[in-house]
Amino acid sequence: MSDQQTNEFKPFNVDVWKFDGHAGALIPLLQSAQDTYGYVSEKAIDYISHVTGIPSADIYGVVTFYAQFRTKPLGKHIIKVCNGTACHVNGAKGVYEVIQDELTITYDETTDDGEFSLLSVACIGCCSLAPVITIDGETYGRLNAQKLRKIIRDAKRQARDQAKAAAGEVTA
Amino acid sequence: MKTVTVGLGTCGISAGGEKVFKALQEELKDHPNGFILKETGCVGMCYREVLVEVTNGSGTGHLYGEVTPERVGRIIDEDVLGDKQIDEWLVSGDHREKGFFENQIRIVLRNCGKIDPGSIDEYIAVGGYQAIRTALTSMSPEQVIEEVLTSGLRGRGGAGFPTGMKWKFTKAAPGGKKYILCNADEGDPGAFMDRSVLESDPHAVLEGMMIAAYAIGADDSYIYCRAEYPKAVARLRQAIGQCRAKGLLGENILGTGFKFDIKVKEGAGAFVCGEETALIASIEGRRGMPRFRPPFPAQSGLWGKPTNINNVETYANVPWIILNGGAAFAAYGTQDSKGTKVFAMAGKVRRTGLVEVPMGITIDQIVFDVCGGIVDDKKFKAVQIGGPSGGCIPASMSDISIDYQNIPKTGAIMGSGGLIVMDETTCMVDVARYFLSFTQAESCGKCTFCRIGTKRMLEILERICEGKGTMDDLANLDELSDQIKAASLCGLGQSAPNPVVTTLKYFRDEYVAHIVDKKCPAHVCAPLLTYTINDQCTGCVVCAKACPTNAITGERKQMHFITQDLCIKCGKCFTVCRFDAVVKE
Ligand SMILES: Cc1cc2nc3c(=O)[nH]c(=O)nc-3n(C[C@H](O)[C@H](O)[C@H](O)COP(=O)(O)O)c2cc1C
Repeated sequence: MSDQQTNEFKPFNVDVWKFDGHAGALIPLLQSAQDTYGYVSEKAIDYISHVTGIPSADIYGVVTFYAQFRTKPLGKHIIKVCNGTACHVNGAKGVYEVIQDELTITYDETTDDGEFSLLSVACIGCCSLAPVITIDGETYGRLNAQKLRKIIRDAKRQARDQAKAAAGEVTA
Repeated sequence: MKTVTVGLGTCGISAGGEKVFKALQEELKDHPNGFILKETGCVGMCYREVLVEVTNGSGTGHLYGEVTPERVGRIIDEDVLGDKQIDEWLVSGDHREKGFFENQIRIVLRNCGKIDPGSIDEYIAVGGYQAIRTALTSMSPEQVIEEVLTSGLRGRGGAGFPTGMKWKFTKAAPGGKKYILCNADEGDPGAFMDRSVLESDPHAVLEGMMIAAYAIGADDSYIYCRAEYPKAVARLRQAIGQCRAKGLLGENILGTGFKFDIKVKEGAGAFVCGEETALIASIEGRRGMPRFRPPFPAQSGLWGKPTNINNVETYANVPWIILNGGAAFAAYGTQDSKGTKVFAMAGKVRRTGLVEVPMGITIDQIVFDVCGGIVDDKKFKAVQIGGPSGGCIPASMSDISIDYQNIPKTGAIMGSGGLIVMDETTCMVDVARYFLSFTQAESCGKCTFCRIGTKRMLEILERICEGKGTMDDLANLDELSDQIKAASLCGLGQSAPNPVVTTLKYFRDEYVAHIVDKKCPAHVCAPLLTYTINDQCTGCVVCAKACPTNAITGERKQMHFITQDLCIKCGKCFTVCRFDAVVKE
């Protein structure tokens, strides 16, 4: 890879590699790439390969092994449905069905307008509030179908208003 | 002056703890010298979050539960400034909470919910870093190992290997450089013991690691922490920084010449990385696949060097053992399971949260005496212990003692401490399917039986849950279970069939009901349910509009009706009904 190409691609923090210089720094580098861009792009993989000398194919193998790494960008708002045991026993499936019904996406998908992505997580860690979801990090617990439908509709309305406001600013 | 302390573990934050803390900060502006505001970790009473404790100058006080920002004003006015406790919000002294703390012995959780986890000084004030000082200044590494052997401490990560022995092996292994690893991957869904300890008392874990390092002769270490635990990672990094600043990590610790450092590695979301050889591969930057043992990490671990790996809770016990003596620890528990165990209680139990009880307690005692029994007084059906590698123990066996000898006899495992309580509304076939879908997705794919066998088992379970199973399926499940257990390299595959094996053993009639009667006795498996509308119906027509097959008929403001032949059991009517008028059975 030429210097020119590295210049085009806004590099993320590769300090871990400088400190360490060890293959062990690969996962922290990928985490840093994902923190910067929201996902691990092909360019990021090439860049890491260039910096570390680890073949891109090996890096891709590591990326696809771990659930944390995404190779596609996410929507603006992230909805996480907890599927830990406590939430499962307390009706996480019903929670998923309501969201699927409202947003017409399933897990690991993003709505067509790019607003919402739906993810399943193993355990958010507030089993006493089961079933729970988080929207952009905010937790909503002790859900039932009605409560949840209202939460999702409110989130949709908010997202629409924000998008309108942003569009307004552009045209103004 | 009074002190007001807010529990800000992940559970407290999820329940709105930060908003309560902000409201208290606002109050503090109005009453600048009115009280001292502090934060702490997890008290264990997750079911009453947000928890706020008010203590007076002499350290006695009481705990309020379910605090909201709206309730803060009254707490400040009446209790903190007015000296009048608000009885109806009290948790401590509430007779309904009797037994929760009285039946616990807190060794691992000794500081959790008491001290500010962000303050090394508070940890030191309660005797923190005394144990490493004692070890470094008045004990030889052999004496430290001897003390841990006396305590009878066994690894709390699942397998229960004697900790002192592991240390002895690693110490004896040839090879100059040695490593210490702390396993904080806690991938079992429904378990949160390690997270709470890391968030509420990170220094206890660091001190345990230091003592292990001294005993073994290691000078370098990593804590491998789940990336899904951002708060725990932040707490660890902060605590490590404080130790370096105080000379408790680095060169020449406490002037004794002992040298040691700790780094944090974030996991990347793979359950199998909790397995020790996979964890090591992951730290080395590779795909986290387990490898054949021997050699065990004690001989050849991280970067091929002798490595001691223990679980978070295992390390957190160590400072207490050094300070109080191995014999004091061994005084708790049973013949071959000493000390205490922390359990994360979840599911259909009244008091969900974190409890620490002596080994050997019975399931009944923990569910009823400590945790107050089943929600809504429903019928207790089973506990699931050990997560995806564990099994379901029926209520009829709940007088069994929880220890490393008795739990495996049931077909379950002790595991790391997740305990899910199930009642009559939990379908055991669905639970088995749930755990298998987890292990199937998390299988790393190295061993054929684990990769493909679990997939076949899952397909069978899905069929049964849909009412399409046959009795032959049960025999196939048994056979596949045996094969997967025998032909898998690591604990993931070896234990993946356990949830199926135990439910088949104790709840076979539920499988048969699904297959032969096409019924789900717990009313969970949707395709086996019948939906009807009762007289709560107001005729709002919402369900009729939602029904994708037009199976629901009825006039506006008249009771509606579901034509069973047309119903595809999607459950839409049930989720949209606002009047509890749709019944599934
Ligand atoms: C699939 C699998 C997942 C595991 N996950 C964890 C885990 O999350 N935390 C843990 O401490 N041990 C876990 N273990 C056990 C570790 O391999 C190892 O036995 C343990 O960290 C040793 O520490 P201990 O002796 O203190 O228990 C897991 C094992 C297997 C097979």
